[in-house]
Amino acid sequence: MPKLISGAEIVFKALEDQKVEYIFGYPGGAVLPIYDELKNHKSIKHILARHEQGAGHAAEGYARSSGKPGVLLVTSGPGATNAVTALTDAYMDSVPLVCISGQVPTHLIGTDAFQECDTTGITRPCTKHNWLVKDVNDLSRVLHLAFEVATTGRPGPVLVDIPKDIQFKKGKYKFTKNTLKKKLNGRAAHKLSNKELDKFIDLIKKSSKPIFYTGGGVINSGPDASKYLRELVSLTGFPITSTLQGLGAYPGDDPQFLGMLGMHGTFEANNAMHDCDLMINIGARFDDRITGKVDEFSPGSKKIHVDIDPSSIGKNIKVDLAIISDVSTLLKSLIKRFKEKNKNFSNSNKQKTSNWWEQIDKWREKKSLNFINSDKIIKPQHAVQRLYELTKGQDTFITTEVGQHQMWAAQHYKFNKPNRWMTSGGLGTMGYGLPAAIGVQIANPGKLVVDIAGEASVLMTMQEMSTAVQYKLPIKIFILNNEYMGMVRQWQELLHEKNYSESYTAALPDFVKLAESYGCVGIRAKTPDELDKKIKEMIDVQRPVIFDCVVDKSENCFPMIPSGKPHNQMILGPEEEEEISDEGKVLV
Amino acid sequence: MSKSKSAYSIPGKIGKLERHIIVIWVDNEAGVLARVVGLFSGRGYNIESLAVAEVDKKKHISRITIVTEGTPQVIEQINLQLKKLVPVHKVADFKRGEKDILFRELALFKMLANSAKQEKIKKICKKFNPIVLDKTKKSFVIQVTALRAEIDKLALDLKRLGLISTSRTGAVAMTKGAKIFN
Repeated sequence: MPKLISGAEIVFKALEDQKVEYIFGYPGGAVLPIYDELKNHKSIKHILARHEQGAGHAAEGYARSSGKPGVLLVTSGPGATNAVTALTDAYMDSVPLVCISGQVPTHLIGTDAFQECDTTGITRPCTKHNWLVKDVNDLSRVLHLAFEVATTGRPGPVLVDIPKDIQFKKGKYKFTKNTLKKKLNGRAAHKLSNKELDKFIDLIKKSSKPIFYTGGGVINSGPDASKYLRELVSLTGFPITSTLQGLGAYPGDDPQFLGMLGMHGTFEANNAMHDCDLMINIGARFDDRITGKVDEFSPGSKKIHVDIDPSSIGKNIKVDLAIISDVSTLLKSLIKRFKEKNKNFSNSNKQKTSNWWEQIDKWREKKSLNFINSDKIIKPQHAVQRLYELTKGQDTFITTEVGQHQMWAAQHYKFNKPNRWMTSGGLGTMGYGLPAAIGVQIANPGKLVVDIAGEASVLMTMQEMSTAVQYKLPIKIFILNNEYMGMVRQWQELLHEKNYSESYTAALPDFVKLAESYGCVGIRAKTPDELDKKIKEMIDVQRPVIFDCVVDKSENCFPMIPSGKPHNQMILGPEEEEEISDEGKVLV
Repeated sequence: MSKSKSAYSIPGKIGKLERHIIVIWVDNEAGVLARVVGLFSGRGYNIESLAVAEVDKKKHISRITIVTEGTPQVIEQINLQLKKLVPVHKVADFKRGEKDILFRELALFKMLANSAKQEKIKKICKKFNPIVLDKTKKSFVIQVTALRAEIDKLALDLKRLGLISTSRTGAVAMTKGAKIFN
């Protein structure tokens, strides 16, 4: 007969067995028994956020930079509803999170009790799965299953709702591994057949205008996947482009890398996607920011799609060869098979793809990421470039908020390693970057962590600076301050006849004083000539910093594919702006 | 879904709508029906009819039968998305009109009718395995099992004969012969 322990203790036993080191959370009435138990488990450290959304994004940042699941602990009612944005964000970007929420005691469920809400109902569409535990003897099984669901297949968030009386009740604890025998996202893991691999290789060999299009799946598959990807790209000599989430899987400064693709991707990447005869999608999902107009998306190409999630395949774009697999597993077998049969591929292939590379070089000559710099006012792109130049010497982790600054960061900051770039892509959550930086810093002590932010986004979760100060996390909040919701302003300029409805923020706080009031360091840069000095000052400070970088208010983010247009119709810069069709307006 | 900007348009833009019957085996646990139905509503898929009950008491397995309409790629998505749900064991998908599948719906009709009329009604219902469940001098309740379209037509015909209340189930499905879904 195993010893009976309380539900709260079962929670910690399960976390210990899952080797959890950090939980991000916020206490409240319905989770007090769990918080009471915290003191007895020294291997688990709790990070107190200032808002449950912040705790959730911090857990995401932790997960994405460490490859381990993030754990979130919140109370019932508002605690759970505040976590919904973070859960949805994690769901869209495939981040493994385990959220434990308190619930009112079982006998009060359904009575509209104080701080009661239908947590499993509310979070059902934004988690991979969730559970309401009504029997303490189910608790350990459910918790371990929760970790398994969150981390297997396409990763994502899960939630375990534990009523307060269950936290008190005594029950049995049991650690059983691999309870989820059944499936990987609806399909049992299958061995890759040589037939599939040979078809893949055959398409590679036949192609004269190929392109690799890689995404967050490469990052989620672990560091090995990036290693294999680099090997395959070098083996084939093919050009490669990446989605926003995939940045870092392949070195950003490598000559075979064409930069990011999509709405604000480079001219060469988008044109190559449009004109290619073979598209090899590895771990990306043909998102609408990538495809643009689907009817005219890469009309002449054969398409290969590698994804771990069967429902990603054929959802938006029909493909010629679909392979349901973990990226790392697939690439490893593919490279092995490829090498066995094609000893001299790269030499024979060079000739075949030489015209293609010439064409790509012509596109590159457009230098689509160029901007007109100024010596009077800081251009936001210039600020990101300087930040990159001054931090590339060290292992730097970048998070972002959402908007223009996010795109400039993606365009001008070059990543060479996976798990160094944390941004909210799918959901596009303003306020993501600051709390995410907290989680990243916790997972990577001693490393430089910078949140490239906009002043509007960062104000949404600014309260988490207090968390950074409490835990002495020297995160750097690098705000490109243009006093506008920049991307909103840009769309209004291009699509709504410059009616800047509510996109200007009057009465912004003084970010330097705000930093001081939080007990961190405030730095302001107003002119291009003081920028480098100030950035160096920021890097050298061993405390959290809010950096107020005052930038050009009217700068727009280019290049851009206007909504409703195909890849080969990009706007390169302000001089090229054209009227966007009414149809296009609807597509934003 | 089919009109969404991010949906893939096959040649001819929106593909032809097909009616499919989707059978789902699930763990009969709290909220499981909400997960399945929520997936349909959340992703904008249709549910034309729904039938659900536990079919294995020991293993607590329920069988859900959903009739839906969509383009071939929407139907494919429905299948793939359903299979991702944790409590779902397996999913079977049948196109309406497939030969080796049986479909049935059940309906109860309450009629205001005297005995002469009642005989007439029974005659109309004859083809559809009528069973009289309740009978008074003025009214009676009759049960029929048939295909959806047949019940539709029957309900229309009975309206003239004093139909005052209709209750219908969703369709249930089963394969012909000895083979079962896998």
